[in-house]
Order: sequence, then structure tokens, then C-alpha cells
Amino acid sequence: MKIDHSQPLEYSTEQNRLNILGFWIFLGAEIMLFATLFASYFTLVDRTGDGPAGARIFEITPVLAETFLLLTSSFVIGLGIHAMRLGHKKAMLTFFVITLLLGLGFLGFEITEFITYYHEGATLQTSAFTSVLFTTLGTHGAHVTLGLFWGTFIVLQVKKRGLTPETANKSFIFSLYWHFLDIVWIFIFTFIYMKGMT
Amino acid sequence: MGFFTRFLIPNPSPVIYTSMVAIGITILLIVFGLTHFKKWFYLWSGWLTTVDHKRIGIMYLIAALLMLFRGGVDAVMMRAQLAIPDNKLLDSQHYNEIFSTHGVVMILFMAMPYIMALMNFVVPLQIGARDVAFPRLNAISFWLFFMGAMLFNISFVIGGSPDAGWSSYFPLAGNEFSPHVGTNYYMIAIQIAGIGTLMTGINFMTTILKMRAPGMKLMRMPMFTWASLVTSVIIIFAFPVLTVALIMGTMDRLFATKFFAMTDGGMDMLWANLFWVWGHPEVYILILPAFGLFSEIIPTFSRRNLYGYRSMVASMVFISIYSFFVWTHHFFTMGQAAYVNSIFSITTMVIAIPTGIKIFNWLFTMWRGRIRFTVPMLYSIGFIPLFTIGGVTGVMLAMSAADYQYHNTMFLVAHFHNVIIPGVVFAVLGAATYYWPKMFGFMLNERLGKWAFWFLTIGFCLAFFPMYITGLDGQARRIYTYSESTGFGPWNMVTFIGTVLMAISFFLIVYTVYYSIRHAPKDVGDDPWDARSLEWATHNPVPEYNFAIIPQVSSREAFWDAKYKGHELFKGDYEKIHMPNNSGGPFIMSCIFFVFGFALVFSIWFLAIMGLIGIFVCMALRSFEIDHGRYISVEEIKETEAKYGGVNK
Repeated sequence: MKIDHSQPLEYSTEQNRLNILGFWIFLGAEIMLFATLFASYFTLVDRTGDGPAGARIFEITPVLAETFLLLTSSFVIGLGIHAMRLGHKKAMLTFFVITLLLGLGFLGFEITEFITYYHEGATLQTSAFTSVLFTTLGTHGAHVTLGLFWGTFIVLQVKKRGLTPETANKSFIFSLYWHFLDIVWIFIFTFIYMKGMT
Repeated sequence: MGFFTRFLIPNPSPVIYTSMVAIGITILLIVFGLTHFKKWFYLWSGWLTTVDHKRIGIMYLIAALLMLFRGGVDAVMMRAQLAIPDNKLLDSQHYNEIFSTHGVVMILFMAMPYIMALMNFVVPLQIGARDVAFPRLNAISFWLFFMGAMLFNISFVIGGSPDAGWSSYFPLAGNEFSPHVGTNYYMIAIQIAGIGTLMTGINFMTTILKMRAPGMKLMRMPMFTWASLVTSVIIIFAFPVLTVALIMGTMDRLFATKFFAMTDGGMDMLWANLFWVWGHPEVYILILPAFGLFSEIIPTFSRRNLYGYRSMVASMVFISIYSFFVWTHHFFTMGQAAYVNSIFSITTMVIAIPTGIKIFNWLFTMWRGRIRFTVPMLYSIGFIPLFTIGGVTGVMLAMSAADYQYHNTMFLVAHFHNVIIPGVVFAVLGAATYYWPKMFGFMLNERLGKWAFWFLTIGFCLAFFPMYITGLDGQARRIYTYSESTGFGPWNMVTFIGTVLMAISFFLIVYTVYYSIRHAPKDVGDDPWDARSLEWATHNPVPEYNFAIIPQVSSREAFWDAKYKGHELFKGDYEKIHMPNNSGGPFIMSCIFFVFGFALVFSIWFLAIMGLIGIFVCMALRSFEIDHGRYISVEEIKETEAKYGGVNK
């Protein structure tokens, strides 16, 4: 394996560069996935049947908390990658663990939010609106959940194997994924919650 | 006992019982054969765990041929039922199931893998690479496709086949009108195969963008590689839409969500829109690689370079973008405003322009060429007039006002078969013949191949041209019988005869393969067709590392110029070659996907959850795995190359 030392560790081998480009392309596909969900959401948003509309069930407090947690986590993982570039393994791991904890906090709020909706009579089966609402939020939430597992695996690997071209590459790609989820959340916050509350 | 009744098929018939027995016997024979000839280890180490793009390509090819048989049997049964008026061969339910599976199998499990077979085999060779960017992912793609296809295919013996058409429109596909599990199979099997296809798209886009041989700029790529790149882009943008649509459909059926329901605000047209936002680009996912293949075959056998290279590329890119803006033409009659229909009418007609440019480019390539009428060339020459007829009827269908007459008639059925068969099927059959020596080291018999071509072409014309006539007369598609007074009888009989000719051509093709294995000479050289691009610059059959030395490209037709203009392709000495390791992971994970899918189809939740956990465990194990691949030493390369008679310089 040829290692190019003029590049940052995560870009230093041919395979690493391929992995990063491949993952960007995968994110392109993910954009299409969420775009389709959003398009469906906009189509079905007013089709509430006998169920509640968004304005009746959305609450600003948990949503703001979720937004705060996820946006902060995206910032923190940026710090983690910065630390990785500088070769500070310990700092990087600390930032990564904080990222994951913030993600876990986000997920906790989201789950309680879902339970609240359920008690207010908005379930997956209530109307086309609630179906698409839960599916869109749930797809994002499932991505975050998967990310928590994935991130944990990467933390364990960096801890055990140190910063190698492989682990650096995985960490960097994970950070791309995490930022992507953050961006999707900004759209969810704006077009589902903000728009839905007015 | 209640648990097992769900596996019963809703409308059993002697045909299905016979198939069950036949499937059982085939499986037993395969197991017995593998054990008797002690081939289990060979199967596992050589094929099930392989990450070699060439072997994966060959497995795609085998799967595609199997599915061609399956889809073909469906077609013959349908046409036999329609051959005479008031026929009682099939009942309506059975007929519904057959036309639904025929469509899905032919598009997603025959045409797609056939294209994937050629992409996998040819593209890395054409760009002078040693494998794709992500070989392990490539194996996952194949096995997910294969398991999806198998899951779909067992539907007719376990639980019942989907019966709501290949487009599976809601509310017909909902629980109310499709109560048995058939449509669950549809939703879940296509989902599994679709994930595999999406990964193939990502893989090939990365490969083509980053792994081309030195000197091969984008505008020096062979046309099939260009087509594969454009196709990969379409896959990446179109398949996620299908993913979402299928998730929604699955949830509507399994969890009673209300996406496409008739109550509580559901919107059935959302399915139709999402389905065709994927479905129309899907048509181009099939046809663009086919165009690419013709663009390889026609120059080779005309002994001229491809006419209008740049306009070929430009028209493909144009088609790929436009393919996302025409989907509404699939349902002009389903209630949009007239101005919406008008817009989609125009965008649809516009697509004929770049396609026409391509047709003329192929004609100009042949113009004053020294044409050799080999089997691949026959398919290409047959393609041009037949496909043009299909294209022209397509423009007729594109006129939204007139479409009220054609919609859902046999005219439409004739149209899309008229583009798919001469377009995609001719391309893959021609290309399989063309690349056969590269894959297996011997040529297919030309004389038998020509017989197959003529049976297929004449059969095709007899089968589909009468449908234009009955369609204009009002014979609807998806109707299992008709009365004698309609006058459709004789035309449908002609169609049936055509279908039989096409079936004969399939068996002729299989026989050609068998005959050629037995009798064809095994030393055809590295370049039996006097071809033009890099895949012919390596040995026959291709060594596992493809090229002992990575070629240096300095023109569009690199190999031709190396042969006749003295360009030097292979400079420098052997170096050790890095290769990926084989892995059982993709196969095992895809098997778990199969179990997971099967459990979902029948709502066996315990098994589904176990399956899901199994899939995640596989992914976690992969994350922790350390695999640096292996090296092929210089001595080993020298030994292999000596066996082939030295590197082509």
C-alpha cells in the first residue's frame, strides 16, 4: 500500500481517496432519498383526515433542544477531525465521544417527542400526514441511530489501533455522514416544524 | 397449523404443482451433482466468495439467462392464453400473476443483471483498471440482486405471486384488493435487489471517475464506459426514489399506514408518481448501456471509428437529464391538468432528438465501412430499423391528447416491447456474443448464432406488429380473454406464432452455447474480432489481475492505434500487484437479507427481527475486520504471462 505523506492521513492512500469519493456519491443518493421524503411530505402535509394537523401536535421546546444538540454535535465532530489532522488521538477521541453523547441526547428527545405524539392521538396509522411525518422523522432518526453504533465502532478502533490511514479514513467518512444528518435536520426543522407551527 | 396455512398459494393449478415438483427435482439434482463431482469447495472458493469483477460479471450473466427463461415462460403462457378467443387455459387470477411477474422479472431480474454483467465484465477492462473501486461492495451488489430475484421467484410456489401489474398501482396493490402476500413479495424483493443496484451505481461511478488508465481522459473513454458512467449517475438519482416508494408501499401493506390509502387523506396517485419518477429513468438505465454496446460493436465490424463521438456523449448526457422530466407521460389519462400534460408531452418528444442523433451516428459509422456480418453486427443492424419503429410509435404515444386512444391498449405494449427487445435484448445478446471469447476463451458458433438471430427477429416482428393493430382497435392490455366478435383472434394467433419463434430462438441460443463448448476451438487469440478498445489488449481468457502492466493511453481508440499506428500501450516492467481478498461476507449477509425479506413478506416478526440483527452484525464484523488484500509477486506474474505468451507489446 503506497502512502502519500503530502496528503492528510485520511487521503493518504489510493483506496482512501476512492472511499471518500464513493461516500460523497453515496451522500448524493441519500440526498435523493430525503428529497423524495420531503416531496412526499409536502404532498401529504394537509391531508390529515380525522387526525391532528402539525400545528396541533408540534411543540417548540423539544424541537429546539434536538436542534441544539445535533448542531452542537456536528460542530464537535468538526473539532474531532481537526484534532485528528493534528495527530492528537486523545483529543479526537474525546470530541468523538462527546459527539456521540450529544447524538444520544438528540435521540432521547426525539423518542419522547414521538411518545407524546402517540398520546395526543397521532400515530403512524392516523392519517397520510402522520404516516409521512413519522416516516420522514423516523428515517432521519434511524440514520442517527445507525450513526451512533457506527461511531462507537470507530472510536473503539481508533482507541485500539491508533491513527492509521484506515482508521483516519473511517473517522473522516463518519464525520461526513454526521454533518449530512445535521443538514437534513436543518431542513426538517425549517420545513416540517417551523413551517408546520405557523 | 394456522401458522403454515399462510404459505399456501391462493389459486393452485396443475401447472404450479408441476413447477413445484420441477423446482424440487432441480434443487436435488444440483445438490447431488455438486456432491458427486466434489464441487462444493470449488463453488465456495471460486464463485460464492469471489470479489473479482469478471467472475461477478459471469454470475450476473448466468442469473440473467435463468431469468430470461423464467420471464419467457411467463410470456409464452400469456400469449398461449390469448392465442384464441374465449380461451380457458389460464384463469384471470393466474393471468394477472403471470403478466405481473413477467414484467418485473424481465425488467429488473433479466435486463438489469444482463446490463450489469456486461458493465462488470467490460468496464474495468476498458479503462485499464484491475478491478472496480470497491470489489467487496460489488459482490454485495450481486448477491443482494440475486437474493432479491430468488425471493421474488419463489413467490409463485410459496404464498402466491404479485398480481397488481409490474407497476403495482395503488389502491389495487393495497391490502383491500390484493389480500394475499404476492404484493409483499413485490415490495420487498425489489427493495433488496434495488439496494444492490444502487451500490453498483456508486461503485461504477467511482471506478470510472478515478481508476482510468493514465492518459485516458474523459473524452477518450470508450463509448460503453461513457454509457456506464451516465447510467451510474441515473441509478444514483433514480433508485432512492424507488427505495422510498417501496418503503411506503411496504408500510401501507404491513403496518396499515395511510400513504396510498383511499381513506384518512391517503393519495394513491403519489405511488404512481414516485414509481414513474424512478421508472422512467429506469428505462434509460437499460437503454443507455445498450446504446453503448452498439457503439462498441458497430465500429469494430465496420472497421471505422465511431462517427460523432462528441455528439454521442452529449446526447447521452442530455437524455440522462431529460429522463427525469418525462415521467407523467405514463399516466396522461389519470387526471392532471391539460397544461401539465402538454409540458410532459413536449419533454417526451424532445427526447427523440438526441436519440435520433445517435441513430444517425451509427448509420454514418457504417457508411462506407467494410462491414462484416457477424452475429453481434447482425443484432446491431437489426436494432436500427426496429428500434426506430419503436421510437416513432413512442412519439405517437407522447402526444397526450392522442394518448387517450392508446393508453392501456396493446398499442402501448407493442411500443415498449418494440424498444426494449430490439434495443436492450438485441444489445445484450449481441454483446454477449461479442465478449464471449473474452469471458470464456472461445467463440460462439456463428452459423447457429445467425439462426437464433433470424428466429428472434422474425418472431419479434410477428409477435409485436399485430399488437399495434389490435391496440388501435381497442384491445386492452392485462385482460385475460376476449370474445370472438372483437375480431382480435387471428392477430393474436399471429402473435402467438411469433412468440413460439422467439422461444425457439432462446433454445437455439442455449444450444449454441452448448455446441460451442463442445466444438469451438480454444485458441482464438487475444483479439478475435480485430477490435478497437483496451479490453482486447489483454489475454484471453483474462488473467485475474487484468493487465500485467497498466496501459498508457494516448488516443480514443487506444488498442486500434497500438495495433496499426504504433502507439505503445505497455511501458515499463512488472511490479507486484495488489489484489483484494475473497470474502464470504457478502454472500452470507445477502442470505440473511433473504431470510429477513421472507420473514417480512409473511409478517413473521420474530424471524424478521433476528434477520435485521443478523444484517447489522455482519456490518459490524466488516467494520472491525482488518483486510489489507494480498500481493501477486513479480515471479507469479512472469509465470502467468509466459503461459499466455508474454504481455502484448
